[in-house]
Amino acid sequence: MASAAIEIDTFRALQETAGADFVAELVDTFVEEAPAMLAELRQARADGDPARFRRAAHSLKSNGSTFGAAALAALARELERKGLDADPARDAEAIAALEGAYAQAAAALKELRHG
Amino acid sequence: MAEAGRLLVVDDNKVNRLLLIRALELQGHRAVGAENGRVALEMLEREPFDLVLLDIAMPEMDGFQVLERLLANSRLRDLPVIVTSAVEGMEAVVRCIELGAEDYLHKPVNPVLLRARVSSSLEKKRLRDTQKELVRRFATPEVAQDLQQSGFALGGRHVRATVLFTDLRGFTALSAAQPPEETIELLNTWYTLMFDAISGQRGVVNQMIGDGLMAVFGAPLPLADPPLAAVRAALEMIEMIELLNVERGAAGKAPLAIGIGIATGGMIAGYTGTQSRATYTCVGDTVNLAARLEAHTKVAQRAILVDRPTLDALPPDVRVEVLGPVPLKGITPAVEAFAVECGQKL
Repeated sequence: MASAAIEIDTFRALQETAGADFVAELVDTFVEEAPAMLAELRQARADGDPARFRRAAHSLKSNGSTFGAAALAALARELERKGLDADPARDAEAIAALEGAYAQAAAALKELRHG
Repeated sequence: MAEAGRLLVVDDNKVNRLLLIRALELQGHRAVGAENGRVALEMLEREPFDLVLLDIAMPEMDGFQVLERLLANSRLRDLPVIVTSAVEGMEAVVRCIELGAEDYLHKPVNPVLLRARVSSSLEKKRLRDTQKELVRRFATPEVAQDLQQSGFALGGRHVRATVLFTDLRGFTALSAAQPPEETIELLNTWYTLMFDAISGQRGVVNQMIGDGLMAVFGAPLPLADPPLAAVRAALEMIEMIELLNVERGAAGKAPLAIGIGIATGGMIAGYTGTQSRATYTCVGDTVNLAARLEAHTKVAQRAILVDRPTLDALPPDVRVEVLGPVPLKGITPAVEAFAVECGQKL
């Protein structure tokens, strides 16, 4: 069940306050924008740019919480809090986990957007 | 619910921006987005907004920098800003408030809280706009009432501003020689012309004394260049009197003359009066000096006299006559006075 990646109450509340049609569009926007944020995170890691790294993680955290993507938000939050790790391999691992969480969240959101 | 406002949503994240705009539109407001601080400032310079919802973490120019720029801009200083951010910890909140933000909403923004904060900010802005307008128009009983109702209290504070005094020359003799209704009509014409010149330069008339008045530039409303605004108003006042004299001459009436004294410096400003009648008042040496310079225009036979701090703030190509130190009643030592040549454009 893909929607385990999304807290259903949070998502329904969002649909209720903003309108289901609008939220469907918002999901599309998120799915369009998120890959660039993840790429930015990887690039900032590669460039060793702490400000950009935190900002990209911050953006993903913020969007994750909006849609109720709890795992995505929690992993992004941890990266934002911690900043660049002294060991790039640890960040690479964390970013891979974040990408996994994003893939699950995106799949769940695409399913939910119709309902 | 508060009346609809025009809001600017500043957020680099498209999902956040669209969602906030949507929430505001559902609450009956008009909202547009800007994707970073630089774009936001450009839009604020171009179009009027009632309220800004500002994100902190943004590329190019972040929320803190936007707040700093707004604070330094006399026209945008009073524009209310609600910071909306997912930045954690009190430090960011405190810094935003110190930089003049009105409120702070944590993201994801709760729609109920958003509604309450936006309504309250718009309400406060309307109140402030109304007050500014009232102060500007010198509607004293209304100002007093507004102060009382809103609990808005502008206590005494030190301000730096430019003060202008003017009066009609030979008015007493003039009024003895004409019917009373003509005197009142003349005064009203004169006041209308003077108010127009002063408010056109964003000055505030805060005292009317028979055939004279006092105006302040740069307080309570901040102005970019109070001395220049005051001198421009003075030049326009003279020009208007000259136009009026053409009319009067055609009707076979004696010409009018006015004197204007202008001084710039520190003063104490605040609302004074009683609950039913209050006015914005400025007191201090600068105010006395402006009044004395105005009185000295008769002796010097010049229309506009200014002090050194006013002159120093004017463009270098302004044409003035140096009168040197002049003895003024109650002011020691003698101060340097400068006569501004009439008919020039600044």
